[in-house]
Amino acid sequence: MEPYWEPVWLTLKLATVTTVILLLAGTPLAWWLAKTRSWGRDLVGSLVALPLVLPPTVLGFYLLLLLGPDGPLGRLTQGLGLGTLAFTFPGLVVGSVLYSLPFVVQPIRNAFEALGERPLEVAATLRASPLARFFDVAVPLARTGFLTGAVLGFAHTVGEFGVVLMIGGNIPGETKVLSVAIYDHVEALEWAQAHWLAAGMLVFSFAVIFTMYRVEKRWR
Amino acid sequence: MTSAKRFSWIWVFAIGLFSAAGAGAEPLRIAVAANFTAAMQVLGERFEQLSGQPLSVSYGSTGKLYAQILQGAPFDVFLAADQQRPRLLYQRGLAGQPFTYATGRLVLWSAKRGEALGAQTLKVGGFHKLAVANPKTAPYGAAALSVMRALGVAERLRRRLVTGESIAQAYQFVASGNAELGFVALAQVVLTDAGHYWLIPQDLYPPIHQDAVALARGGDKPAAAEFLAYLRTRAARAVIERYGYATD
Repeated sequence: MEPYWEPVWLTLKLATVTTVILLLAGTPLAWWLAKTRSWGRDLVGSLVALPLVLPPTVLGFYLLLLLGPDGPLGRLTQGLGLGTLAFTFPGLVVGSVLYSLPFVVQPIRNAFEALGERPLEVAATLRASPLARFFDVAVPLARTGFLTGAVLGFAHTVGEFGVVLMIGGNIPGETKVLSVAIYDHVEALEWAQAHWLAAGMLVFSFAVIFTMYRVEKRWR
Repeated sequence: MTSAKRFSWIWVFAIGLFSAAGAGAEPLRIAVAANFTAAMQVLGERFEQLSGQPLSVSYGSTGKLYAQILQGAPFDVFLAADQQRPRLLYQRGLAGQPFTYATGRLVLWSAKRGEALGAQTLKVGGFHKLAVANPKTAPYGAAALSVMRALGVAERLRRRLVTGESIAQAYQFVASGNAELGFVALAQVVLTDAGHYWLIPQDLYPPIHQDAVALARGGDKPAAAEFLAYLRTRAARAVIERYGYATD
């Protein structure tokens, strides 16, 4: 029997790693989506939003094929000497990044769009370099977008279930996250354990969202 | 034709369509352990033809279906992969007297052709991932655990196990190539050409007797008794045996 905190720790680790990756990769993507006038914008925007609509089983199914030994990603990781990623923590990270992508990119993109051109133009007339305009003007002004994106990305990854169930293999300490642990306990009729984890999730999720609303208000 | 009129025609058509689909007898709802899926598909089709009674079949791990039945899931018949859970339902007054409809066998399966599999395969351990069904809810998963304990490799292989929520997912993990090996039911692989398997000697794990019960929730649906009686006919048993099960 694994200790009860193991799935908790693993879930927090997964959500943290996923959120950091999404903030790093999602920010330039959101900036591009907010600023570009190219015809590819709607195409990329739609692709980014897809996980909102797709059932997790679609993602899980294609990830299994992609990550498998004969899939393109599986071949790549095997070629790099990493083995295949299904049933591993890095595999879950790949799945979570895709799954939570719109929850991070969308709020940041909205915040960038809401800035308009004016603050950046003013900064330009004051001879701020493009990088300085981005980091000293756009990012601070879009901070609520970053906050919302980070919190939603984190929370959505914590709440992930279907994708993990399909590509995780339920390995304690490696892929057995909270949601799967709860499902496992319920199926095995171990309801006392299920209650502890589920009630904990409920309180945690409420606290996160409540705190976000409070902080957002203060930041505005 | 005015558009209002055209609209009303669509309604007439739609209502006709749905009432035609809803006509006929109420389906008999059967909960079936995942290992029995292939056999049940054949048996279900034949039973529907013979009796004219439509079936609605749900597959899952025995433990999951059992938990659902305890919570009032609307099943009329339960084909489990063990004897323990049907017996518990019977003792609680939730089911009729159980009987054994099949005795299953466990195999170690690889989806690829290659060296013959055996106890040595597990002891040497030249693989990364070994798929099993969740031992808590799937009797075939519990049997796999017994085999690994009997061979003294349970502790060593623990970190390589990937657990499917039912034997169907364990099979899928191997079939998709994401795990090299898996403990699955003989019934899942006996009729396919995919890969090869080792039929695990019966002295390494307790026999997997699979019991069926009529559930109390179905009331005394005659169709439930009829289906269970059909499972015991010679024709049905021939199908069950074709999938590698023993009957009686």
